Amino acid sequence: MRIIVNGQAREVRSDCLDALLVELRFKHTAAATAVNGAFVPRAQRAATRLEEGDSLEVLVPMQGG
Amino acid sequence: MRIYDVELSSRLLLGTAQYPSPATLTAAVEASGSEVVTVSLRREAAGGRQGQAFWSLISSLGVRVLPNTAGCHSVKEAVTTAQMAREVFDTPWIKLEVIGETDTLCPDVFGLVEAARILSAEGFQVFPYTTEDLVTAERLLAAGCKVLMPWGAPIGTGLGLTNVYGLRSLRAHFPEVPLIVDAGLGLPSQAARAMELGFDAVLLNTAVAKAGDPAVMARAFALAVEAGLAARKADPMEPRDMAAPSTPVLGKAVLG
Repeated sequence: MRIIVNGQAREVRSDCLDALLVELRFKHTAAATAVNGAFVPRAQRAATRLEEGDSLEVLVPMQGG
Repeated sequence: MRIYDVELSSRLLLGTAQYPSPATLTAAVEASGSEVVTVSLRREAAGGRQGQAFWSLISSLGVRVLPNTAGCHSVKEAVTTAQMAREVFDTPWIKLEVIGETDTLCPDVFGLVEAARILSAEGFQVFPYTTEDLVTAERLLAAGCKVLMPWGAPIGTGLGLTNVYGLRSLRAHFPEVPLIVDAGLGLPSQAARAMELGFDAVLLNTAVAKAGDPAVMARAFALAVEAGLAARKADPMEPRDMAAPSTPVLGKAVLG
C-alpha cells in the first residue's frame, strides 16, 4: 500500500506500525511516531494499523533553540 | 532558581542549534556552565543516524534538556509535538512555542494559552515562549504554567531588549513567578540588563552559536548573567536627572 512517510510517498508492505518501522529501517530507539497528526506512544505501535493514504511522522532528537 | 521543583544554579539556558560543529556545541555548553539546553524533534531519513548521533552527544553533556515545539503554528501541532517530545526525551518539560506570524516569529498568544492549558492538564511542565503582555501572562499562569518566558526581541535578531518598559512591568506584576527572557539577545550586555531588571534567567542560542568563537561568547554570556544577577541583588541606586558630586564638597580649598 501507499502511505506518506515524513512527507514522502512510500510503497510499503507492513500495515502494523511496529513492523513498518523495521521495514522502513527506522532503528532509532529514541524516535517518536504520529499517524495522521496524532501521537502514537511506543506501547501502542504494535496495535496500530495503517491504511492506504495514511500519513506517518517519525521524529528524532535534533538541535533546537 | 527553582523551576518546577528543580533547583538550578546557572541562570543561563542555551540552545543547541546552528553551531558550526558538534565539537563547537560541546565547547560552548561547557563554557556557558548551563544546566539546561533546548532541543527539538525533526524528521530523519529512513536509515539515517543524525538523530542518534545528536542524542548521544547531548546525553554525554550531563545537562537537562528542554525540548521545544519550534515551528509549530497551531495548537494541535504543538500539542502533538510536545507529546512526542515527552516520550523521546523522557521529561515533562516543554518549551511551548505556538508561532503566529512568520516574519517576527511572534507567538500566537491565543493558541499558546490553549495549548498550555491542554498540556498542563496532561501533566506537562510548560515553559511558554510568550510576549511581555500582562494579560497573556495572567492567562498562562491560570492555564497552569509556573514559569514564563517573554521574548527580548524576535528570535534570531540579536536586537536585545526591545521593550524594557514591558519587561519591567511584567517583573513588577509577577514578583514571585520565575521569568526567563527567551530569544532576541545578541550581546552579553543585554543579558546583564535582563538580569538587572530582575529576570531570573535568560535563554539564548543564536548569539552564541553564530559568534566567531561560540565557546568564548558562551563564557561571556555566563559572566554577564552572573554580573547582572549580582547587581540586582546589590540593590542598584536610583538614577536621577541632575548631577550630584561624588567627591565631598566640604573641605574643598578656595583657590581662585
